[in-house]
Amino acid sequence: MDAARLPGPKAIKTGVMQIKEIAGILDARVLCGEDKMDYAVDAAFASDLMSDVLTLKDDHVLLITGLANTQTIRTAEMSDIHCVVFARNKKVSEEMLELARENDMIVLECRYSVFKTCGLLFTAGLSPVF
Amino acid sequence: MAEVERILLEYNIEGGNFTRAGYASSQIKKVLKQMQVDLGVIKRTVVASYEAEVNVVAHAYSGTMYVAIDPEAVCIELVDEGPGIPDIEQAMQEGFSTASVSVREMGFGAGMGLPNIKKNTDHLEIDSQVEKGTRVAMTIFLDPARRNKEQQQ
Repeated sequence: MDAARLPGPKAIKTGVMQIKEIAGILDARVLCGEDKMDYAVDAAFASDLMSDVLTLKDDHVLLITGLANTQTIRTAEMSDIHCVVFARNKKVSEEMLELARENDMIVLECRYSVFKTCGLLFTAGLSPVF
Repeated sequence: MAEVERILLEYNIEGGNFTRAGYASSQIKKVLKQMQVDLGVIKRTVVASYEAEVNVVAHAYSGTMYVAIDPEAVCIELVDEGPGIPDIEQAMQEGFSTASVSVREMGFGAGMGLPNIKKNTDHLEIDSQVEKGTRVAMTIFLDPARRNKEQQQ
């Protein structure tokens, strides 16, 4: 790719983003929390390592992961993360969804890789946690 | 925060059963929210209890979580039957882990659990006997100002 076509720092806006915008950018399927599309996140964090997620101090964080099991939802619950994007076409089980609904979470499924998911959201202006 | 008397809770934790891991911490979170405890304190408490709960599921055969909440603090004690920790100082180092492949596949076992428990609690005690089990006792003050004050001293 021509380096000149990469967005420079000035072209990248940073800030909060609503879930409906995130779902649109990622062409994601909303599996639960359809009534919370106006909820906004301040930043995003991508990890398949839940131990790393549990070290986050920030609130209103979007979690992007390729790890699809009940402990992903539990980790989000403990970390006060209200929205999780399951990337690289990972399938969310009914058990995971039930737990997510109990905790008023928004769960999205997207077919893009974690790298592409992060790239699209970062370019669109969503901030990293750090 | 709502005034509370002493609340005692007890949960059994099954070693190796990841589908139930986090249930006890989830219940603690619900109780603390009902008590209108500071949200930052709730997060630190449940992150620490969840890390400890996952440790029992990942490493021990069985365990019990005892929770006591009074107007001052939440005290959580996990007692397990399991292989124990031969070198607690080494286990407290970030990155040290003896977790199995299956535990790592669940997103844990990176050697960050015990250090993260320490970071999130106001007091932490760990006692262990090899081939018998481990006791982890933690205290988190409900008043966030008390934590900041004690950290400055």
